Amino acid sequence: MDLNYTSDETRFRDEVRAWLAANLDADGETVSPDSEDMDQWMTYLKQWQRKLHEAGWSGISWPKEYGGRGATIIEELIFTEEMARAKVPNLMNISIGIELVGPAIMHHGTDEQKLRYLPKILSGEEIWSQGFSEPGAGSDLASLRTLAVEEQDHFVITGQKVWTSWAEYSEYCILLARTDPAAPKHKGISCFLVDMRSPGITIRPTRQITGEAEFSEVFFDGVRVPAESLLGGINQGWKVAMTILAHERGTSAIRYQIRFRSELDDLVKLAKSFIRKDDNAAADPLIRQKLAQSFIEVEILKYNIYRSVTQIMRSGKPGPESSIIKLFWSEMDRRQKELAMETLGPYSQLVQNSKWAVDHGRWAKAFLWSRAGTIYAGSSEIQRNIIAERVLGLPRSQEQK
Amino acid sequence: MEFGFTEEQEMIRSQAAEFLKNESSVTFVRELMSSEHGYSEEYWNKLVSLGWLGLIFPEQYGGAGLSFIELTVVLEAMGAALAPASFFSSILGGLVLLEAGDEEQKNRWLKPLVEGRNKATLALSGPGGGWQVADCSSVTAERSNGSYSLSGTRLFVPDAHHADLIICAVSTDTSSVRENNITLLVTARNSDGLNITPLRTMDQTRRLYDVTFEQVRVPATQVLGKPGKAWPIIRSVLAKATIGLCAEMVGGAQKVLDMCVDYSKQRIQFGRPIGSFQAIQHKCADMLLLIESARSATYAAAWTASQNRSDTELLASIAKAYTSDAYRYVVGEGIQIHGGMGFTWEHDMHLYFKRAKADEFNFGDSNYHRERIAQLIGL
Repeated sequence: MDLNYTSDETRFRDEVRAWLAANLDADGETVSPDSEDMDQWMTYLKQWQRKLHEAGWSGISWPKEYGGRGATIIEELIFTEEMARAKVPNLMNISIGIELVGPAIMHHGTDEQKLRYLPKILSGEEIWSQGFSEPGAGSDLASLRTLAVEEQDHFVITGQKVWTSWAEYSEYCILLARTDPAAPKHKGISCFLVDMRSPGITIRPTRQITGEAEFSEVFFDGVRVPAESLLGGINQGWKVAMTILAHERGTSAIRYQIRFRSELDDLVKLAKSFIRKDDNAAADPLIRQKLAQSFIEVEILKYNIYRSVTQIMRSGKPGPESSIIKLFWSEMDRRQKELAMETLGPYSQLVQNSKWAVDHGRWAKAFLWSRAGTIYAGSSEIQRNIIAERVLGLPRSQEQK
Repeated sequence: MEFGFTEEQEMIRSQAAEFLKNESSVTFVRELMSSEHGYSEEYWNKLVSLGWLGLIFPEQYGGAGLSFIELTVVLEAMGAALAPASFFSSILGGLVLLEAGDEEQKNRWLKPLVEGRNKATLALSGPGGGWQVADCSSVTAERSNGSYSLSGTRLFVPDAHHADLIICAVSTDTSSVRENNITLLVTARNSDGLNITPLRTMDQTRRLYDVTFEQVRVPATQVLGKPGKAWPIIRSVLAKATIGLCAEMVGGAQKVLDMCVDYSKQRIQFGRPIGSFQAIQHKCADMLLLIESARSATYAAAWTASQNRSDTELLASIAKAYTSDAYRYVVGEGIQIHGGMGFTWEHDMHLYFKRAKADEFNFGDSNYHRERIAQLIGL
């Protein structure tokens, strides 16, 4: 058992750090994640991914034959840690391509599809969005109703997707649609690689409670897609979706851990300087207890991730400690941001640009955002169902239809 | 970086589980519960013959020289079995002897301890109810000629009745108790003036005692380390004790979850196993999250202890704060999930429920450790 890194691992980390130091802007700044100008933001992200790609840092865990480095899970962990520490903008938004679509195509795609799509995912030349959720199919994704009707050499897609990240900036969308309405629900779904410039697609941004519109509804109105856009064979879409979910190796969660630690450090600084009544907030015994508890949770998240990564490295399969990670971080985030609100008291409600706003209203924004984490990527309730049924082996609560 | 156990450590784990299954069954635990002092010489001898007392002590004293991680593995198994103590108490006594004693003292006391001929326990807490410098003041020591005279009370001392050695922290300056006037002394249980009274506690699987000193004479040769300089050693051993206790707690909590899962699969109500109701499912999922997280924290702390790192105290506090809360939640739901049966003496759940409560406060509760963390991180 060794929580220290080996000299090889340290050498790898130094390599990543050195490259970052040389390639981030001179003042270490990137376009602020709070930037109002989405176009500017997306241009920056694309440029950044191209830079990474040219230096060989894009898709490092992809097999070499597909343009990656074949990085080990520890290297992936280290790389992700360093990117997060440098506060590099979260490429997950445009790396639905690298972390989800790429592996799906590698596992289920034809040689032509691999050749056509994989290189441009790595270079960032083509941005991908994910067309899974629908108004009537969130937690119950398999009940999706977007239809794909086969006609000679193409399919016609009609339906609506929701919560599609960066839809208006994506060139392609990995889409789940129903190709056999008569079959049991999991068995009638197919996966398509849809060109978002196809006629019949309407994108309508969804404004979320933070005020921005990072997600969109996407309407498909008789959209024709060539038969070659089918990924993985007809009615095999659920298998593709499962590949995407199973590919989660736990390393991406370290981004959250590093961010939460950074946010906690900032919160501690705030508490020590923010005056409530006649002393700083950090002197309040209740605030102290909660700050310490947040520290505990942030550290334990790290250890949970390290255990999970070790288990996958050794056996290829996640252990029970992996199944709790998403539930753990999303709920601790909520608590941490509630604590920030508590620390600020009535000042917590002041948003950016308000007179008297503290820290540019960042905590109000983080507080609102923290309500999303327990819902996306499998809500807390679904996580608990999965843990209970698949990890603990408790009997199913629902009849399978 | 590899945050997992070695094959050898996993072997120790399964050996421990096997031994305890046979020698520390729940029937045996209950037998000891109703005995006068909860001690079995026969069980002790079997433990001794396994060599576990020497697990982490150097070979020159007859030990196996293994790391704190190996001890953690054994303690986790013991926590699951609610194994009779004396083991843990003696290990802690041994750690103090190892870190504070001189060669002569180590040969005199540590060697026989490793061989199982000397049992020890630490008497650190007092009427103040803590494990801090201030609590050491409840026993004062007056020096005269070549000995000390000890007076005062130590509370919540585990296994004092059958310990041969009671290792006590005392204050030699009653005018002001500070970190630099704490002294560690080894006293023999059968010393004149040393009175041991059993405390009647909810958890009868681990016996605690009031140890009162009435002008007990202790030769100065029985001071461990330098007079007045004991506090750093006590801190260091307390950190390890805390981590070891967390390992027991994780083991116990896991056992409780296993019981709940088994029960939920079998218990039928409204025509279906209660484990198919989401209320039960979600409780169990929350229990798993708490246990796995407590486990991660405990193993990380055990690793820092095995490396004698400077952050061991911080990790110990992280582990204890989290694990105390976790075990409390788990055993609470443990009773709840078992319904009326969970409230019977006959069912084993209350054994864990009561052990969890005792463990919660031993070596400092969550609030205490959170405040420690607050200080350590500069709040």
